[in-house]
Amino acid sequence: MSTSVPVVDRGAKPSGGNPRFFRRLLRRPVAIVCCAYLAVLVGVAIVAPIAMPSVNSQNAGDLFGANQLPSWSHLLGTDTLGRDVLSRLLVGDRVTLVGVVEALVVVLVLAVPLGLAAGYLGGWTDRVVTWLADLTFSLPAVVIIIVVLSVFPTSMLAGMATFGVIAAPGLMRVVRSATLPIREELYIKAAEASGLSRTYILTRHILPRIAGVVIVQASLLAAVALGVQTGLAFLKLLVADPAPSWGGMVADGTSVLLLHPWLIIPPGATIAVTMLALSLLGDAVRDAAVESWSAPVRTKRAAAKAAPASAGTTPPAGARLLTVQHLSVSFPGREQDVRVVEDVSFGVAAGEIVGIVGESGCGKSVTASAIVGLLPGSGRIDGGSIWFGGKDLARASEAELRKVRGRTIAFVSQEPMASLDPAYRVGFQIEEALRRHRGLSRAAARARALELLRDMHFVDPGAVARRYPHELSGGMAQRVAIARALAGEPELLIADEPTTALDVTVQAEILELIRELQMTRQMAVLVVTHDWGVVADLCDRVVVMYAGQIVERSDVQSIFDTPLHPYTEALLASNPHLEPEAATLPMIPGTVPPPGSWPAGCRFSARCRYAVAACAELEVAIEAPYQGHETRCIRYGQLTKT
Amino acid sequence: MSTHPLLSVDQLRVEYPVRNRPPFRAVDDVTIAIGPRETVGLVGESGSGKTTIASAVLGFAPATAGTIAFDGEDITGATRHRRRRLSASLQVVFQDPYSSLNPSRTIGKTLSETLRPHGSPSKSEVAERVASILERVGLDPGAADRYPNQFSGGQRQRIAIARALIVRPRLVICDEPVSSLDLSVQAQVLNLLRSLQDELGLSYLFISHDLAVVRRISMRVVVLYRGRVMEAGPAAVVYNDPAHPYTRALLQSVPIPNPNLQRARRTSRERSTPDLPSTVKPESCQFAPRCPWAVDVCREQQPPEELTSEGVFVTCHRWREFGALPSRHQSRRRQTSAPDCGSPQATGRVG
Amino acid sequence: MVRQVAATPSAAPRRSDRTAWVPDRAVLVRNPVLRVVVRRCVIAVPLLFVVSALTFVLVSLTPGNAAEQILGTSATPAEYAALNRALGLNLPLYEQYWNWLRHALTGNLGQSIFTGQPVTQAIGQRLPVTLSLLVGALVVSVVIGVGLGVFSALRGGAVGRAADALALIGFSLPAFWVGAELIVIFAVWRHWFPATGYVSISDSPVGWLHSLVLPVFALSLYGIASTAKQTREAMLDVLASEHIRMAWANGISPRSIVFRHALRNASMRVVTVLGLLAVGLLGGTVLVENVFALPGLGSLMVTAATQHDIPVVAGMAVYFTLIVVAINLVVDLAYVWLNPRVRVR
Repeated sequence: MSTSVPVVDRGAKPSGGNPRFFRRLLRRPVAIVCCAYLAVLVGVAIVAPIAMPSVNSQNAGDLFGANQLPSWSHLLGTDTLGRDVLSRLLVGDRVTLVGVVEALVVVLVLAVPLGLAAGYLGGWTDRVVTWLADLTFSLPAVVIIIVVLSVFPTSMLAGMATFGVIAAPGLMRVVRSATLPIREELYIKAAEASGLSRTYILTRHILPRIAGVVIVQASLLAAVALGVQTGLAFLKLLVADPAPSWGGMVADGTSVLLLHPWLIIPPGATIAVTMLALSLLGDAVRDAAVESWSAPVRTKRAAAKAAPASAGTTPPAGARLLTVQHLSVSFPGREQDVRVVEDVSFGVAAGEIVGIVGESGCGKSVTASAIVGLLPGSGRIDGGSIWFGGKDLARASEAELRKVRGRTIAFVSQEPMASLDPAYRVGFQIEEALRRHRGLSRAAARARALELLRDMHFVDPGAVARRYPHELSGGMAQRVAIARALAGEPELLIADEPTTALDVTVQAEILELIRELQMTRQMAVLVVTHDWGVVADLCDRVVVMYAGQIVERSDVQSIFDTPLHPYTEALLASNPHLEPEAATLPMIPGTVPPPGSWPAGCRFSARCRYAVAACAELEVAIEAPYQGHETRCIRYGQLTKT
Repeated sequence: MSTHPLLSVDQLRVEYPVRNRPPFRAVDDVTIAIGPRETVGLVGESGSGKTTIASAVLGFAPATAGTIAFDGEDITGATRHRRRRLSASLQVVFQDPYSSLNPSRTIGKTLSETLRPHGSPSKSEVAERVASILERVGLDPGAADRYPNQFSGGQRQRIAIARALIVRPRLVICDEPVSSLDLSVQAQVLNLLRSLQDELGLSYLFISHDLAVVRRISMRVVVLYRGRVMEAGPAAVVYNDPAHPYTRALLQSVPIPNPNLQRARRTSRERSTPDLPSTVKPESCQFAPRCPWAVDVCREQQPPEELTSEGVFVTCHRWREFGALPSRHQSRRRQTSAPDCGSPQATGRVG
Repeated sequence: MVRQVAATPSAAPRRSDRTAWVPDRAVLVRNPVLRVVVRRCVIAVPLLFVVSALTFVLVSLTPGNAAEQILGTSATPAEYAALNRALGLNLPLYEQYWNWLRHALTGNLGQSIFTGQPVTQAIGQRLPVTLSLLVGALVVSVVIGVGLGVFSALRGGAVGRAADALALIGFSLPAFWVGAELIVIFAVWRHWFPATGYVSISDSPVGWLHSLVLPVFALSLYGIASTAKQTREAMLDVLASEHIRMAWANGISPRSIVFRHALRNASMRVVTVLGLLAVGLLGGTVLVENVFALPGLGSLMVTAATQHDIPVVAGMAVYFTLIVVAINLVVDLAYVWLNPRVRVR
């Protein structure tokens, strides 16, 4: 809803069952190499024992030619009993792979259905399965496997199956925790409300979504299984002599280690390379699964649009506390950088409250973040200047920005609970900021923190300071966040949608608080919001943004009385709070053009009822038909209220 | 009207067990009735229980006490089988357009899946119904072959509406359907819901935290706080002349998009104490800790439900004493009368 | 405090409130530390039963029996029977188990069928070796792994990728093979460390350390790689979170942000994985002890299992289970200490 940036946040769940997934996977060279190697291994596993049937039962080769280093007749040398190492390696491949496959099958067959059941059905099923899993997890695997192997000596099936049973709870937990959030997804609830059967929902909706997770875990598990199989073979518990196995070959080599150190290298290297391949494949699978959610990998870089004028080193004449001039911000896109904010100019005077208003995707949050140099991910300012305190923040170094942040410009964001560190008490977090910005001692910081909390209208600041963020309500957390922001006595407070995530009654308190802070501290506030009521309540001046641009700037009364831009006018008209009696709300047809597909002329013209041909042809500049009221529209004279 | 209401929720209580403590009551003694072609709005903030009520009606939350009846038939604790049949008449539209559609399935698949439990129409019939419902909600029928991520929030919400309506239900529960949408798109979706109601003769249970939105689409409004009904009545009356202190607080807290008026309003706003982390005894009025008008009886006794002359049910001990709220609209000039007796704790200190 | 239950999707953009409301089932009324300890102990009891019974049954199923092993294959049936009776092996299985259990509950784990040595003594002699190895590997894994992980998380780009590559290699090298190579390089070629053998700490602390260096390193390579990778991922995730962004925005010092805020939150994630790692390392000790000829539990286990020495195997099972329970307990406690959401109401 409020992501105005092409980059979506990490932590999104990977999807599976999407054919594009395999294509994405195969586009990565690493994945191709690993898959090829594994394919070769599988091929060898099938072919080698058939092609060299005697190797499995070969008790000894040429005893006089034992322990030889590589030569033309024996490419990898001979072992302690004179047998050819290379052929033993190739034939031993099957045993190793079969072991891994056995373990994998057991794990998958046990873990996936149980995890799905536990995650989806919940209740008793969940409790029983989780309890069983905890129990199995706490079993000392090594004891059980060794004991099982002593019951079924050299039975690889028994050993690897036991390992599979013991490792299954791990995957089960992963499947379960992947299923839980999917179960809460609204489309699952909608499917349930439509009366679809549980089996249908599990197989058609949930299973495809977790397939990605399962595949990733399976490839990592394969690596672990390989380690276990070779380890057990090393202990000579898994494969009966004289049949070769990689682990067994390492054991053979170890017995003559001091005299013939070469022997452990071929099998060890093979094991290592195979494990490497499996792990790399697992990583590649995971990256491919999440790829569509993360920033697209850039393949080509086009030159950024040149910054218009004003690349000076002195503030412009008439600069206010904060003067933003022709600011542009872009983010990396698939082919080239995508402009998200373009040519934004506005100012905030000392002690003034200015609101940036717009809908999602208009670039208002990005603009606010850009001021303190906090653009998410890979965004960057590629044009314009931000004058504050005689310096251009757009060109400032990170060190210079750090001097400004928190001290002269403070920031409060939309999600109050998420903006506080859950691991520390809130009082501590305020004290931390105080000590950083004001250099206070511990005791002084504590006292001052309590004062700040009292300013935030907390009746018992001490009790609140001792709390952890998760013990606070949304409104309380936001007040704490504001208190922390004020620790450095800033001149400007940037509030990015400060009340959006709060209940309405709480919102009113926060708004009142902000107003009070402005009055008592002469602090300027830059509020980013989508709520016109907040604008009316708080702001002295208003800036309206649409599709990355400013479309109107004025003082607050004028913008409500006489909006000079069709977008503003239409937005105000479609506000349910304004015309409660009207049956049908006037609405704005069409949708906002996303960044990257902005039209050439006026970006609103496609949806505008006043548009004429000229609107779509040329870029429209901002004009000031009246003192202090500017608009980016050539047809402002036509608007109804003027 | 002699016909029974389409949906009748009677003294519903939903409790969740809490270890070592009395169970948490998400919903307590709530009664709602919705008739055919009617829209009832449920208004409340977080923790009010409004979504729990929807969950209970849909069978996702168990009713600890009380009954829920659909079309005269008791559906409290209905079996899965009964729910399946019920879903032909009772559907839901959720709040979040981004999570209410499976991102890895086409729109057509998602829509046709809703038809599955109710007989197996032929492929061509399914395709036809999908196309026609898409057109009805204002989307191009070709959308059926596209994926959700190719649509905007407003369009996805239309698809969610289409999914609910494809089975031709009689009652649709709308759980905050426009809250995640931009203002300009909210208007589109609200208008769509209204026109569909007229066309198809639907009833809505419309849930929202935004009283202005609810006012626009509902005929009657139920105001909830902490699981209890504070006020219930005709939408226009509740909105313009609220009787309960909580409703008043709600209405006064919402800033209106009119600077002069808003600034005048806020000085006269009755201050209520912001949310305190405390549990309130079930025997007292749930709003008492925050209410500017609370007196001892409010903290001791559950207030009775009384009917005002304008047809509004109020659950408050002192509702008769409050004057009218200052006007929200420039068009009407009302007297801003001070309360008659007692005064709200209108100190500057809150919290 | 009003607690919104997670089952009901909450109102409009109340996402922040939803994450804050913890379902009441997780609310701890009593001391959370005590709760964790009790929970682990409660699981431990059925666990010990299951494990001991399982091993008992399994060992008894093995073909052949202890009498044959002791007397060889050439004794008369009468001699076998006599020995069996003497060892109590002719009794039905449940009786044998019950006898064992009775004694075990008083701390007497019986005697080895072969050596006659009390099981507790046999295990007790070898336990310090395995524990030294295990704890040493864990400590090394955590210290170096976390350090590497934090370092590579902070230095993105090429350094990060190099760290990833190193971790990958660490994963892939099997511990027993690494051990053997280390012997070749450092013990044979260079004579810096002993190739095999163990010096107990009471004999000589320096010797003890000396004899442990190579085995611990062999065992901990995997642990370092795993911990480094987990730490790096957790740090990157946490560094991208909103509260870190707000800390930046309000000018908290970078050092504070990384070491106080990010690391603390990342550790919560890493700690849960450490438990898994420890259990895996426990399995690895068997292999490493074999390579370096350390007189630890692993080798005893293997011989006892092949010899069908029931009391020893059952005793080992009990000890290993206790070790795993202890590991999980420590992990749980660490998690409770780190995460206030679990600790505080």
